[in-house]
Amino acid sequence: MGTWEFYLNILIPALNKGLLVSIQIIVPSAILGVIIGILVGAGRALGSKWLTVILDSYVAVFRGTPLVVQLMLWFYGLPSIRLILEAHFGPEIRPISNLFLLSPYVASVAAFAMCSGAYQSEYIRGAILSIKKGQFKAALSLGFTKSQTFWHITCPMAIRRALPGCGNEIIYLIKYSSLAMIVTMSELTGEAKGIASLYFRHLECYLLTAVYYLLLVTIASFILKKIENYLAIPGQLRSQ
Amino acid sequence: MTLDKLVDPDSQTLLEVRELSKTLGGKKILDKVSLTLDKGEFKVLIGPSGSGKSTLLQCIHFLIPPDTGDVLLDGKSAREMSHRDITLFRREIGMIFQDFNLFDHLTAKDNVAIALRRVKGMKKKDAYDRALSELTRVGLLDKADLFPAELSGGQKQRVSIARALAMDPKIMLLDEPTSALDPELIGEVLNVIQGLSESGMTMLMVTHQLGFARHFTNEMLFMEDGRITERGAPEELLAIDSTFRTKEFSLKLSKIQGH
Repeated sequence: MGTWEFYLNILIPALNKGLLVSIQIIVPSAILGVIIGILVGAGRALGSKWLTVILDSYVAVFRGTPLVVQLMLWFYGLPSIRLILEAHFGPEIRPISNLFLLSPYVASVAAFAMCSGAYQSEYIRGAILSIKKGQFKAALSLGFTKSQTFWHITCPMAIRRALPGCGNEIIYLIKYSSLAMIVTMSELTGEAKGIASLYFRHLECYLLTAVYYLLLVTIASFILKKIENYLAIPGQLRSQ
Repeated sequence: MTLDKLVDPDSQTLLEVRELSKTLGGKKILDKVSLTLDKGEFKVLIGPSGSGKSTLLQCIHFLIPPDTGDVLLDGKSAREMSHRDITLFRREIGMIFQDFNLFDHLTAKDNVAIALRRVKGMKKKDAYDRALSELTRVGLLDKADLFPAELSGGQKQRVSIARALAMDPKIMLLDEPTSALDPELIGEVLNVIQGLSESGMTMLMVTHQLGFARHFTNEMLFMEDGRITERGAPEELLAIDSTFRTKEFSLKLSKIQGH
């Protein structure tokens, strides 16, 4: 098979298919990661002592363990809990125990969102702590409740400040989405690996896969920069 | 000098501060501070740094809950209010901060309008109309679409005054509104405060601008070590032959301020 024929008929269609799956993993993981990051970051910065301890523990676990191990636990580890439950409580527990049996897709999104959320929360927490206390006081003095202060004053300011860091985390997420391959997902890297093994053309397969990731990251960086500039406050925090 | 003014039941006492005390970090910041403000009255609070002036204003506003004592607005005790009622209570007292505390992510117009929309529930157009009218009042209509980072210190402080006024407060508490400003910007803020005083706004202002204060207040309060130690008319406390601590403090200030 000729080089062009291989590219046009085999590799590119396979990578396009993988790209679609990768996007289906990346987009919800990134959105969930940001939502988790905002809630956890806010809880850590503004919450009670006990809430802070619980959320700090979550961040410590998800930042302190390799993502591959987390992914393995979500996909291969959780079904063991199902077996244990069924062994103890019989088959009638199945409606509940089945919740521990995750599809490769759900396991991947759960693993990436939870890991990403832990990192995002650090950026959000730092951004909230960097907001001057006087702005909280000004909002309270105008009659805002604490929750109104958070949603209308703190959150918009914190997101602007955290955006460069959060964007960076999304870029990482695009790249570590390739790990979904190890839980049998045929995403971009998974497709490349399949074709490379089948045709023994590793160099072309992985080089072109790298180009696909580079393009994804470039597009994401462009969009993030646009958002950053759109939200920039004149006189400060403007992205160059 | 009497420290506790007798409250005439027929007077229009708007704000009554009863024996507020506050301890922070083991240090007594406020020690049974009492004062009253009648409707339309403009009182000035002075005193050395660390004497508890800012803490007093924040305790009056319940931004810092006092340990003991009470604040009564229109006879209603803040101490007995629920958490929700405290937010309503705060709406009725406008607070101006030393360092403006404008919301950085909002334009001048939005800084004024946001509480009207989110707290008072006004429609967007009505809130903006009111915001523009308040900005006009402080002479900043042409700066309505600028962000705080694009305004001078004096302009920021005038926006913060417009923001507080938009909530229709019964009383304004001003915490050193000019102390973070360059000398040439102080006048524009004092002019706005003078206008408020002349329009009958009830105000309690912490300031070191004694020249301004003595012309527009009928009672000056001197605070030291968490207590109001002297109070009276400026012409009495600051008379040439006065032996009051207020006079001594004002002479020191004059030397520092170079006049």
